[in-house]
Amino acid sequence: MSEIFINGISCISPQETFNNSDFPAEWTDYSGDFLSCREPVYKDHINPTLARRLSRYIKMGVTTALTALKDAGTEMPEAIITGTGLGSTEDNEKILLAMHENQERMINPTHFIQSTHNTISSQIAIMLKCHHYNNTYVHRGFSFESALLDAMLLLREGRSRTALVGGVDALTEGHYINYERISRWRRNRSGSLKMITDQGKGVIPGEGSAHFVLSTDKTETSYASLKALKLVYKPAEPAALTDAASNLLKDGGLLPQDISLLLYGHNGDPEGDRWYQDFHQSLFCGTPSAYYKHLCGEYDTAGAFALWMASMIMRRGRVPSGIMTKEGAAGDIRHLLIYTHHRGDQHVLCLLSRV
Amino acid sequence: MTEQELIDKLKEEIIKQLNLEDQKPEDIDPDAPLFGEGLGLDSIDALEIMVLLEKNYGIKIEDPKEGKKIFFSVRTLAQFILENQKPA
Amino acid sequence: MPPKVFITGRGIFSSIGQGLSASLESLLAGRSGKGPIRILETLHREFPVAEVPYHDEELIRMNGLDPAGTYTRTFLIALPAVKEALESAGINKLDEARTGFISATTVGGMDKKENFYHIAAESQEWLKYIDTQDVAEHTERLADHFGFRDFVTTASTACSSGANAIMLGARMIRQGLLDRVVAGGNECLTRFHLNGFNSLMILDKEACKPFDQNRGGISLGEGAGYVVLESEAMLEKSGKKALCELSGYGNSCEAFHPTASSPDGIGAFLAMSQALEMAGLKPQDIDYINAHGTGTDSNDISEGTAIMRLFGEHVPPVSSTKPITGHTTSAAGSIEAIICSLALEHGLLLPNLNWKTPMTDLNFTPVERLEKKELRHVLSNSFGFGGNNTCLLLSKL
Repeated sequence: MSEIFINGISCISPQETFNNSDFPAEWTDYSGDFLSCREPVYKDHINPTLARRLSRYIKMGVTTALTALKDAGTEMPEAIITGTGLGSTEDNEKILLAMHENQERMINPTHFIQSTHNTISSQIAIMLKCHHYNNTYVHRGFSFESALLDAMLLLREGRSRTALVGGVDALTEGHYINYERISRWRRNRSGSLKMITDQGKGVIPGEGSAHFVLSTDKTETSYASLKALKLVYKPAEPAALTDAASNLLKDGGLLPQDISLLLYGHNGDPEGDRWYQDFHQSLFCGTPSAYYKHLCGEYDTAGAFALWMASMIMRRGRVPSGIMTKEGAAGDIRHLLIYTHHRGDQHVLCLLSRV
Repeated sequence: MTEQELIDKLKEEIIKQLNLEDQKPEDIDPDAPLFGEGLGLDSIDALEIMVLLEKNYGIKIEDPKEGKKIFFSVRTLAQFILENQKPA
Repeated sequence: MPPKVFITGRGIFSSIGQGLSASLESLLAGRSGKGPIRILETLHREFPVAEVPYHDEELIRMNGLDPAGTYTRTFLIALPAVKEALESAGINKLDEARTGFISATTVGGMDKKENFYHIAAESQEWLKYIDTQDVAEHTERLADHFGFRDFVTTASTACSSGANAIMLGARMIRQGLLDRVVAGGNECLTRFHLNGFNSLMILDKEACKPFDQNRGGISLGEGAGYVVLESEAMLEKSGKKALCELSGYGNSCEAFHPTASSPDGIGAFLAMSQALEMAGLKPQDIDYINAHGTGTDSNDISEGTAIMRLFGEHVPPVSSTKPITGHTTSAAGSIEAIICSLALEHGLLLPNLNWKTPMTDLNFTPVERLEKKELRHVLSNSFGFGGNNTCLLLSKL
């Protein structure tokens, strides 16, 4: 089975991650109840005639797609696959309001054109004139990872040599207000950087867009080797996760003690964070661990931010400050395992190795 | 409203409806083609202009093919509105 | 050669019938599910649609669900189709093999959201539906209802969604990640997309007439279609007989326009070519094409041009069954794959209803009336907004 490498990355997030070849000098602390992206000036990346029509989430997605390709030195990917949990919620909600206000007349076609969730993938293809494989997945905390899995399948099938994969979600006002009504969120009481230790029921929402160029060719710009990915749907108990992790490591010829660092998806909701504690104690006692959602907030495709973080750690050979569970050195990082879940329902394991 | 006044108003409305943020009304030649060369608009913009016509002038175009002649330039659009607008 | 993948079960629920045998009857009789709008609440009564002829309350009763529960129409339409697919494949226990579930939709919980969104901040009724508004909710509800655990996801590529769900399922089986997969798509009619298509002025006020020179656009429909895919090894173990083989598939992007199809049909051409190549077949091996054939100006000329480019002077029989089922958008790919499997099984060329006038730019005309003919290989085309084009190739065993 051919090895898969991450050869280019790009990330727009609530942190200074875009167009940054290193970790930001410091992490931004947010005091509001949600984390919004630090967005670039899109005109620098997208032709203004085209950009005038695109909604924010599409601009975010297209921009990280183009810069990830540039980072990898790839002009034409042989597949474009996107995962998005919210998809085109922004355009949909505009249509719903217009439909109500104007009694089902005078609906703007532009919003409808962008109302199918595959708009990001297809817009990237239009800009690149890329006729290759193109797909989109919209499944809560599996959205990005379904896209990633699809790309890994393609590369292993030998049908594509390079695949552009992204996870994109932009928080909308409507989404925030709606889910506030069913108590999905919690207040940010002590600053977002303390999100994980300042525990409480509910999550602090965030957003982001990250793209990755995967390839079967190792290059000078390779960040890491993407070894394995496992999606676990609604596990009955924590043992399901340790079984899945054991099998995943075994398939890769590794033992739990070979993992140099674990990257976890804690968000400060004790009910959800318990999964990580059980997982850590049963297989990885004593292994250094880190977390990431205090930097990007909770959203369907937060796993894409985790993969960005993991790729950077592997490439730079160091862990940035402010993410270790217990402060201390992680040592030499050869193998990194991401374990993250969304709402306790969609659990994902992703194994990376140094190139 | 005179044709010239309507042309000036339409330019502002088109810029807003089509998010042509980088365009200034005075840069739009009322006789230049809106589609293809000219402003470089496309079929989606044509549909957006139809929404604009219905919303702001109460004129509904039923057949998209009709649009081609009417939307040739800002001036042809203004003339069409003046001919078809119901007296207030 | 990668391992083969077979279709062993089918479930369909749409305007032309509740279940496979009723649907086959409608197809044989050339009976369209289209008519004036009865169920959908909308001011646009001018468009004929192909509705599942039951209100939500009736569907809840028919499915034997708790009337106090909260269900999207998407879920209510998909449930009987998934159930029939499992039953027809003879699957009683899901945990005896690694079984995936891949569903597809575009509107998801929009049928409820569109009634509440403008009063979302104060409506008490809306509270029950807030967490059903996304695309994946129906997938998880179905997965939990039937007990799918080994792999669950949702594909969403507009009108090719159902075909892409089936394709992913086949690929996971081929790589040995799963033994069998239930895959397909569904869509319920909503004011949202009826208005959306209307804003693009591509809805026909008469019943749609694909591949007709005087075609006037789409007639929307609703429904669900799911297939059971199984590996060769599973069939060897169980001794079960498959219905047909999913022998090829292709996915390509037009990269042309957010909604319109390219004049040269590059995406359609590539998707069909890839499907043939995968199966090791030549164009002359294809006995029937179930076209995407929406009835819009842009799709039919684009798809027709692609067919002419691939098949030259020898275009096999082509028809669009959308005049019968309506354009069921995200469900179209899987419903039409099931129609193709019925065509293979019963040796049928299905008619392209409402067709009268040949298109001047095409060298072929669609199948006019039902014909009996032995078929070996058939193509099913599904194209979506954004130029997401997918083609499935089904072969007789």
